[in-house]
Amino acid sequence: MSTQAAVLLRFRNRPWIWSFLGAILVWALAVVLAGGHGAWPVFTTALAFSAFTVLVGLGQMFVITLGPGNIDLSLPANIGLASAVAMKVMDGADSRIALGLIAAIGAGLAIGVVNYLLIRLLRIPPLIATLSSSFVIRSVGISYGRGLQIKPPQAFADFVLARVGGISILAALVVLVSVLAGVVLARTIYGRSVLAVGQNIRAARLAGLPVRRVRLVTYALCGALGGLSGALLAGFTGGSSLDVGAEYLLTSIAVVVIGGTSVTGGMANVPGLWGAAFMLFMIATLLNSSGLGVGVRDLMTGLIIIAVITLAGGRRQLR
Amino acid sequence: MDREIIRFETVTKSFGAVQALSGVDLAIQSGEVLGLVGHNGAGKSTLMHVLTGTIQPTTGSIAAGGSARADYGVSVAKKLGIRCVFQELSLCPNLTVAENTRVMHPRLRGFGWRRRAGRLITSRLDEMFPGHGISADSIVSDLSIGRRQMVEIARAFTTTDDPLRLVILDEPTSSLDPSTSRQLLSFMRRFVAGGGATILISHLLHEILDYCDRIVVMRDGRVVADDRTTEFDRAKLIVTMGGAAEGHGAAPAAPQAGGAGDTPLRVRVRPKAQAGGIELTAHAGEIIGLAGLAGHGQSDCLVEIFDAARSPTTRIAVHGPIALVAGDRQTDGIFPLWSIADNVTIRSLSALAQGPLISPDRAAALANSWKQRIGIRTPDMNNNILSLSGGNQQKALFARALGSNADIILMDDPMRGVDIGTKLDVYDLIRDEAARGRSFLWYTTEMDELEHCHRVYIFRNRQIVAQLTRDELTEERVIHSSFQEAV
Amino acid sequence: MAAPVTMVAEEPQPTRRPAIDMRRLFRAALPALSLIIVLLAIDDFNPRAISYFGFNLMLNLAIPVALATAAQICIITVSDLDLSIGAYVGFIACVTATWLPTAPLLGVAVILGSIVVYGALGALVQLRQLPSIVVTLGMSFVWLGLALLVRPQPGGSSPDWLTNFMGLHVPYVPFPIVAAIVLAIALHFILIRTAFGAVLRGAGGNPSAVARSGWSLLRIKTTTYAMAGVFGSLAGLALVGVSSSADANMANGYTLLSIAGAILGGAEFIGGQVSPIGAVIGALTLQLAAVALNFFHMPVLLPGFRIPPEWQVGAQGLILILILAVRALINRGDA
Repeated sequence: MSTQAAVLLRFRNRPWIWSFLGAILVWALAVVLAGGHGAWPVFTTALAFSAFTVLVGLGQMFVITLGPGNIDLSLPANIGLASAVAMKVMDGADSRIALGLIAAIGAGLAIGVVNYLLIRLLRIPPLIATLSSSFVIRSVGISYGRGLQIKPPQAFADFVLARVGGISILAALVVLVSVLAGVVLARTIYGRSVLAVGQNIRAARLAGLPVRRVRLVTYALCGALGGLSGALLAGFTGGSSLDVGAEYLLTSIAVVVIGGTSVTGGMANVPGLWGAAFMLFMIATLLNSSGLGVGVRDLMTGLIIIAVITLAGGRRQLR
Repeated sequence: MDREIIRFETVTKSFGAVQALSGVDLAIQSGEVLGLVGHNGAGKSTLMHVLTGTIQPTTGSIAAGGSARADYGVSVAKKLGIRCVFQELSLCPNLTVAENTRVMHPRLRGFGWRRRAGRLITSRLDEMFPGHGISADSIVSDLSIGRRQMVEIARAFTTTDDPLRLVILDEPTSSLDPSTSRQLLSFMRRFVAGGGATILISHLLHEILDYCDRIVVMRDGRVVADDRTTEFDRAKLIVTMGGAAEGHGAAPAAPQAGGAGDTPLRVRVRPKAQAGGIELTAHAGEIIGLAGLAGHGQSDCLVEIFDAARSPTTRIAVHGPIALVAGDRQTDGIFPLWSIADNVTIRSLSALAQGPLISPDRAAALANSWKQRIGIRTPDMNNNILSLSGGNQQKALFARALGSNADIILMDDPMRGVDIGTKLDVYDLIRDEAARGRSFLWYTTEMDELEHCHRVYIFRNRQIVAQLTRDELTEERVIHSSFQEAV
Repeated sequence: MAAPVTMVAEEPQPTRRPAIDMRRLFRAALPALSLIIVLLAIDDFNPRAISYFGFNLMLNLAIPVALATAAQICIITVSDLDLSIGAYVGFIACVTATWLPTAPLLGVAVILGSIVVYGALGALVQLRQLPSIVVTLGMSFVWLGLALLVRPQPGGSSPDWLTNFMGLHVPYVPFPIVAAIVLAIALHFILIRTAFGAVLRGAGGNPSAVARSGWSLLRIKTTTYAMAGVFGSLAGLALVGVSSSADANMANGYTLLSIAGAILGGAEFIGGQVSPIGAVIGALTLQLAAVALNFFHMPVLLPGFRIPPEWQVGAQGLILILILAVRALINRGDA
């Protein structure tokens, strides 16, 4: 087939295209409903909020790509704990920002490692391992975070909220991180190994890949990204909160899948995360501003997720 | 008196631009065993799928019992009594043998269905494979692969509602040991003597020549020969299929003199604690065969050696990088979402890296050089791996192992179900590589392949019971050690 | 002495009974063992709880969870996973508490309609080859939204017949236990003993093989999902019967609890391997474990120590880990 036709076919076959199209559609709708105003502000706000979703989603994406059954349900608890850790360590002092970030990322990393150890040593499915650990982490978070609400250091909060020409600096950085993640997936040995393990774990082992190490690194990476997100969210919202991560459970999985990453593993899609994050944010905004009850928002969000996936279709059973 | 079961007339099948069948004429009578042979990609699989109704022909007519059937499909085929046992297993591993029988026969329901299903399958098993030792309440995943194959085949011969007139057996003996294979093939003859018909697809030419009444040879989607078995012999079959004639310097060409002892030791496997156990050694440049009945520990031994390369044990010593060529490519080898090139290069990533990143140029070079060297039939190595025929997929797996830095190549019966042409290409390559100093540990269930080896270890019940050099190697001796105490 | 070229067949093995797989036996026994351990713990912490009255109280809430677990088992049978069961139970509860007492026909119609929707979901998953995790994830939003529309504020009431049924006084054996036994037997019968159940499980183990044998995977998936809808609806009804009111978020934890119960009972995620009886026992065990944590005290070793409230949840996680660790050890030991 001609190269043009081939390119077009690949374009159409990419499910994450739909998420970008969906995002644009909803965005256009929002703008129209606002009387033609606010296109740019909506976009920049979406960008700022989506940055967090994408950051968390990247970690979840790597884990899900490891293969069927791999998922991290401990992210909300992770984020909550990390936000508390970050704020406590930073203690409101600009000089301690780096320390706080390291502590939060470290906490997340440790959680990721523990998750993997549970999976590996106890031979528990990742769903259950991360589920159980999430209970424990949550309790840890509650105990640890008891006490006064600590505000983030000023410089930190400023940085997280900073914008240049309307574009959030943090979002730009997350874009860079996504690009990096894409490169890692496609061009590094680690990334190839993740994709191999996700397609056929036994074949990966017999091809000489260090399967256990790859999985450990991936869960640790996901945890670390969660920790980082927790710290940044604390800066964004003006203080730590154990519940700040709650919505990221479903959202992180949603952006991964709507973004075109295969839930059965072996194929990941980074740009799609952004499209999906945008779309979900736009939907939430649209429904919020429409004044409909909160029930309608949940209803619409759910229906849209299903509609998008139904249109895109699943991966056909490869023999 | 022979009756025609089914007749194909100028049946063609195209998948887009690919012409899988180009005008096939074929008639099958009751009372005969029809052998079907051909290269990989010859169209045998497609033809069988059309026969069972799972694929509709693009053009051509299908007639059953004398009258054309424009509506030919799965249910029609079923009602006509046409069934197929494919290469991949169709049992549900989580169900028992009896439950699997039920899945095939909706009629087995209501009170006492389990007992009836069990009786149905067990009586067939008793008839086909006396001494099988399989209980109808065994869960299939607990059975060995040979036993699973037996259940699968026996199940295909069970009847409740639909009649049974024609059974297609696609490489049925691939997971069976020789004695069970013989039981099956003898049963097949009894079955057709009783009025049934069978199509036997096999790459084991002796099976075709010994058990079939008629042989059909396919090549490139066409039937190129259709005659009584007496008109064929092994050489003629190979030539007709398009494979190179035997004089390829292939089996049984003696391997280059690779000495035991005068080259570095690569692998040593001490016997598990038992008196009189035989130690397995492999030196650089040697091709070592692992023989014996299928499923007697050879594959597991290879995997143990593979694992020992990374985590040494006291029993197994491995010196040098190691790679494995899987036999069951779907579960052990293929990465189905990737291109052929990615499948080939996955073992060699460190060599392809420039700094932290893998170099696409180096990767493409590696993939293409192996495409040439081993002869992978594809227009583009960036196509998905599943676009290749089975034999070529296997070649890709070979390329993966051979293209790596491994000094030791383990082969887990990789030629199972692979066409002659591919095999001959790969045998040459193995001998070349051994001459360059690589060691091969080759588990194979085919006698011919053992003749490429310097030394053969025969397994029985997960232990090495005998060791034969190339000179000592005879089929009798191998069988002898596989079955009885070594005298 | 040369061996005859025609081979002697290997010695025929007598058809033996299926090997009693020790590992499988232990896995089957594990939920029961866990249950016993938890009961012993409760007996130690608060002996009065081990009584007719005590069991009634402790296990009251176990019935809806067990029913939700049964629903999850149906889905797991076909190698899928339902992340929406919690939201669904909450929705049905809201419908029950809002409409059943005052407008029963409407309530029943909505519940039946929801079961149809559940079945349709299965059809969708099959037709479009969608991953169930994601579809049910989306549906959880949908059910939650609908529940909030039906009942924006917690409240409502339970119809009398429902409250009475859930509070049934059965002599000698507390009602929840009777209900659990009935549920376990029914589920086991449907999924394991019937020919139909064999095909359902087969569809989880090797769907293409089942399809090739002429069964409609579409019908199978639709049926299993509809079954899950039925059990989920019963869970919602039971929940209202016990709680006498409803709230859209009341059963959100059921999703993970049902999965945990199923896993505890020995189910595997893929491959159609489920243990209905184990799952019901697992659900009961988890419920009792939560109670045991509440009662926890060790006067000799840790005088005065009670599990702080924020650690109630964390302790559940630790218990789950512990139980699964034991299971892992058993599996490894017999491997």
